[in-house]
Amino acid sequence: MQSLKIEVLVGVFLLLSLLCLGFLAVKVSGFSLGKSNDRYLIYCHFEQVGGLTVRSKVAISGVEIGQVLAIEYDQETMNAKVTLEIDSSISNIPSDSTASILTEGLLGSKYISISLGAEDQVLSGGDEIFDTQSAVILEELIGKFLIEQF
Amino acid sequence: MLIHALKQIGRFSFEILSSMGRALRLLSSALIRRPDHRNIPLIIGQIYKLGVLSILIIVCSGFAIGAVLALQGYTQLVRVGSESALGLGVALVLVMEIGPVVSALLFAGRAGSAVTAEIGLMKATEQLASMEMIGVDPIARIISPRFWGGFIVLPLLALMFSVVGIWAGSLVAVDWLGVYSGSFWSVMEQGVDFFDHVMKGIIKSIVFGFVVIWISLYQGYDSLPTSEGLSSATTNTVVFSSVWILVLDFFLTLMMFEL
Repeated sequence: MQSLKIEVLVGVFLLLSLLCLGFLAVKVSGFSLGKSNDRYLIYCHFEQVGGLTVRSKVAISGVEIGQVLAIEYDQETMNAKVTLEIDSSISNIPSDSTASILTEGLLGSKYISISLGAEDQVLSGGDEIFDTQSAVILEELIGKFLIEQF
Repeated sequence: MLIHALKQIGRFSFEILSSMGRALRLLSSALIRRPDHRNIPLIIGQIYKLGVLSILIIVCSGFAIGAVLALQGYTQLVRVGSESALGLGVALVLVMEIGPVVSALLFAGRAGSAVTAEIGLMKATEQLASMEMIGVDPIARIISPRFWGGFIVLPLLALMFSVVGIWAGSLVAVDWLGVYSGSFWSVMEQGVDFFDHVMKGIIKSIVFGFVVIWISLYQGYDSLPTSEGLSSATTNTVVFSSVWILVLDFFLTLMMFEL
């Protein structure tokens, strides 16, 4: 009886710690397998990405529809090239939509908001959003304001 | 006088070297003569003793530390108005640093010292010698199950510690201080990466588990068979384990996080 109780408790212990690993993976680090299978990629170029980071969210009307996969400097266009990973269930984004980098709250993290256009043609994997609005840099804004003042 | 000092230094370094050699020999024989399938119940028994019985202290400390991290972090972050980053701060600190380190320290105090005392007393009362007499290998029967038990258990305890800490942090931050729960969890999810942060914390606790259980076994096995020898062996286990955990933590952080 004694050894059965110990074995059961050890089993519970191992299960509990596996649950903890699962919690850390899913809830804390947002890790999930096979995410990229049902996603498609869209590119856009920005003059200024500000504080945008990889895994920042991509949203339409504030609803998350994907995330930023990569940010790199494009030597041909001489600005930042951002790769977006969009959930494939969102398949009707018009090709003349606008992507802009906004901030959540006053000091929150940066995210990309897509404002929908009116074109009939929709974006599919590998397409590019041409109409973009760069991140607002607070320091630049303050600088402009000060120059106008004096 | 000079000769005397040199002799002291020589003896001291010889002692250190020979004890390192004995520790390595114990470790290698524990690894080579690992328990076979008949001895699995022995390992399970050790997982119970070292792990299941340590859950309470791990959960209590994890809760207290998570709560105090949230409280301290909040008072600082709220001054610059970015208390939404509190979840990220608490989770990163717990997963990468405090979780592995503090649970290893607690493990050394709670389980490591017990292992040392147990084996030291077995040695002092000549149980190990009599085992050898009747043809039972004390390394395979006593040392090896404890080694594997401790090695398996500590990373799991560290995971529990981190999870309980994050949960306590969310209780304090969201339910008590009124941080918006959406931003608490989503900023955390965005900032913590599974391979960059969680896995590195787990690697740390695997290394700590290895070191702590090795020190505990060696101190017990190598203790003088007297009451003073036993007491100094138990003390050494806790002291050496704690110092090694903290020193290794620094070097592991340096190696893994590429500063």
